[in-house]
Amino acid sequence: MYIIGKSVYRKEAVDKVTGEAIYTNDIQSPGMLHARMLLSPYAHARIISINTEKAWKIPGVRAILAGERFPLTGEEIRDRPPIAVDKVRYFGETVALVVADNPVQAKRASELIEVVYEPLPVVNSPTEAMQANAPLVHENIESYEKVERVNPEPNTNIANRTKIRKGNIQKGWSESDVTVEGTVSFSPSDHAAMETRCSIAEIRQDGYVVITTSSQAPFMVKKLINLYFGIDTGKVIVNTPLVGGGYGGKAAVQLEILAFLASRAVGGKKVKLFNTREEDLVTSPCHIGLDAKIKLGCTRNGYLKAAEILYLFDGGAYSDKAVDVSRAGAVDCTGPYHIENVWCDSLCIYTNHPYASPFRGFSHSELLFAFERTMDMLAQKLGLDPLELRRKNAILPGHTTPTQVRLNTSNLGNLPACIDRLKEIMKWEEGQRSIQPDGLIRAKGICCIWKTSTIDTDSSSGVILTFNPDGSVNLISGVVEIGTGTKTILAQILSERLKMPIELIHVRMKVNTQTTPEHWKTVASRGTYMAGRAVLEAAEDAVEQIKKVAACVLHGAVSDLEVAGGRVFLKDEPSTGIELKDVVYGYTYPNGNTIGGQVIGRGTYTLRRMTYLDPQTGEGRPGPEWTVGAQGVEVEFNKRDFTYKIIRAVSVIDIGKVINEKAAQGQVMGAMAMGLCFGGRESFVFDEQGRVLNAQFRTYRPLRYGENPEYVVSFVETPQIDAPYGARGVGEHGLIGMPAALGNALSIAAEVNLNQLPLIPELIWRAKKGNQHALI
Amino acid sequence: MKTSSSPFREVSLHVNGEIKPVLIKPSDTLLYILRVKLGLTGSKPGCLNGDCGACTVNVDGMAMKSCLMFAIEAPGKRIITIEGLKGTPIQHAFIKEFAFQCGYCTSGFIMNCYSLVENYPDANDELITEMLESNICRCTGYQEIENAVKSVLSSNKNLEK
Ligand code: FES
Ligand code: FES
Repeated sequence: MYIIGKSVYRKEAVDKVTGEAIYTNDIQSPGMLHARMLLSPYAHARIISINTEKAWKIPGVRAILAGERFPLTGEEIRDRPPIAVDKVRYFGETVALVVADNPVQAKRASELIEVVYEPLPVVNSPTEAMQANAPLVHENIESYEKVERVNPEPNTNIANRTKIRKGNIQKGWSESDVTVEGTVSFSPSDHAAMETRCSIAEIRQDGYVVITTSSQAPFMVKKLINLYFGIDTGKVIVNTPLVGGGYGGKAAVQLEILAFLASRAVGGKKVKLFNTREEDLVTSPCHIGLDAKIKLGCTRNGYLKAAEILYLFDGGAYSDKAVDVSRAGAVDCTGPYHIENVWCDSLCIYTNHPYASPFRGFSHSELLFAFERTMDMLAQKLGLDPLELRRKNAILPGHTTPTQVRLNTSNLGNLPACIDRLKEIMKWEEGQRSIQPDGLIRAKGICCIWKTSTIDTDSSSGVILTFNPDGSVNLISGVVEIGTGTKTILAQILSERLKMPIELIHVRMKVNTQTTPEHWKTVASRGTYMAGRAVLEAAEDAVEQIKKVAACVLHGAVSDLEVAGGRVFLKDEPSTGIELKDVVYGYTYPNGNTIGGQVIGRGTYTLRRMTYLDPQTGEGRPGPEWTVGAQGVEVEFNKRDFTYKIIRAVSVIDIGKVINEKAAQGQVMGAMAMGLCFGGRESFVFDEQGRVLNAQFRTYRPLRYGENPEYVVSFVETPQIDAPYGARGVGEHGLIGMPAALGNALSIAAEVNLNQLPLIPELIWRAKKGNQHALI
Repeated sequence: MKTSSSPFREVSLHVNGEIKPVLIKPSDTLLYILRVKLGLTGSKPGCLNGDCGACTVNVDGMAMKSCLMFAIEAPGKRIITIEGLKGTPIQHAFIKEFAFQCGYCTSGFIMNCYSLVENYPDANDELITEMLESNICRCTGYQEIENAVKSVLSSNKNLEK
């Protein structure tokens, strides 16, 4: 390989270490106005009246938007007013928007808006939402516009239900000697990207809407502004510069809509809306919560026969992307195991919590915590080594997934190889639990992971390559650089294909939906695969054009030629050829005649043969491949005060092919860190009224330097045949098993089943001592 | 130009080796003035209350969260922002060790590391942690940042020998 596998530095590296990297909020222009929001102090309340009189007295105020009925928004069910009307449904919901000359004036004015509320009973968890007499978050869900294939259930809090009916569950139970039931729950939390969301909107005199936004889905913004406000898609231009972390949170479209409305209210002037940290945590969409019940059955020897699963995803007040998250939760509802009989209902539930957007892993870290905890409970009941139980049931080519996709050696990674490697790294033979001389308990927990993507069946990705007079190439792709380094990976793929030094490949970082070809959304670990395929196609296209011109010049057939090393030459006689710089802008003969022109390569890739899920059985093909892996966590637990330290976290993932070693390691390590945060410490704390009590970094505490364990990342390489150089998606996979592995390690350490998150010492203490001390 | 009732004061700030006259209000934070008035947007707002370190700059040789300092306190002090670092070893080390992904925390982290390296070239693990735990990075696992800062500290030591 020429450059595949090498740890090439990021293309935007220098910008990022010099402060020159530009993010949305860094953009300012004279005359730009600023918007600030007024937020709901209640999780569920009727809005009785809104009085803006005092707010208008603040100098600099240009517009106040409150109480007005704007088109409802939402990706599958249009249930969300961009600014609350009639009632508020979550703590922190936008109730009013003030536009002023500067943010301080806007803020001052927003504080002077007087809103009278009548509090309503609160739905504080999905389980509560399912109770017969639960208050309704949305009274008339049947009246909302929606896409096909989503079915809100009238007079309930159920936004959608996805069913998996594989095999015959009764047969499964009759073949089972041993059964176990696990109940798991956790509250919503947040992505907490370091860059809070920001959108700038302007409506130009000629009718063009120009939005600059920190988004993972600029092309979706364009489509939704068209859908909600009837502006031609061609007249919506969305710019996305570098994005300061997304993790799924910036795949939802929210501030863009508010910034658009704000601009419209002031005659189209440019308006910026920038979230404070507090707003970013609760007002903008968060990380979904879950209540789950899992029942597993297996033979005496530990072969799984049946899995019955109920997932109640806490979609929060509005369904937006949560419906899709809950659907993906059905797609891979079990762990990566061969189970013939699977019954699953995966529900998206309305509650009075902040609403959910995708979170790195798109339902998988959540469901794997539930499933893999239950697997450990099963192993315990069987008296079987938990790793052995997983090895026995590991999913293999020839087996089918819950949606009945038949797997093969290309669309599935090698799980047994991952398990075996993990066993080695974790020194499994030394035992799972030991007591140190100082009394601390060392324990190891493991889990297995898998994930495919559940994205629109027509999702596509496009790439344009233009050449410069010096023979170098510009790579233009709609992938947003959110930190994953995907655009550097694309440059490597191109460099490999053209056998051209990576320095001669110039990557355009910024996305502009008018001039950049579409990449559906920068989500689901699909950037390398989809955009990578598009790069290869565009390279093919460019190479064809180069060869055509060169064939004339060299008096040979196109098929005689090869492009490599900045030249095009005869395959059998490499010394006969010409420099790329002499053909990529057309070739000029000594007499001035010119043939050809600037070479412009184009490529698109659309996921192939994807289908919708059958509404009754869930049968269908939602994604192209399943990346698998095995993960482990080792903890040191103090049984006197229930504190613990994470010593080591291990990931073995079948990545297909490593394209950039250090970047891949970094992606996986970072994802593991985020998974440990989610599993170990991060959660919104709700009071009984559904208010979030910890919307700040001093109370919502991510890991800090020095609190991190040692990370060990190891890759297995089973190529996905149809992917660029065999590389599988890996951006999320480091995360998705961490909560489960941590839960399993601590359950073993504390000798109690820990089935809730986050795993803080207090939770372990409660589980150990029972609830009799709950009031202390 | 300024009247006694105007909330604005004209002051001179010493930033990245240059003297910058700037109109400030007593309530303006240094971060706000750097970003909005001086166009130095490398320092980032991440929380605006001292929790995240994305806004870290160097004031008179020490790391300082610029969201926690009023600009009115800055005259007479030497301020270095990320834009003032040119090809320093710590910047190279961040690139070499892949110590960032999205890059949003990076200016703050580098400024913090820069102060650490300048002031304590022999810093031990404990001191490194004490200094760096004031910044949050959401993308990396910190291991990369640790490698970067240590590579610079140890190379300093090698030079001394
Ligand atoms: S913005 Fe200053 S510490 Fe977060
Ligand atoms: S690199 Fe993204 S927060 Fe640190």
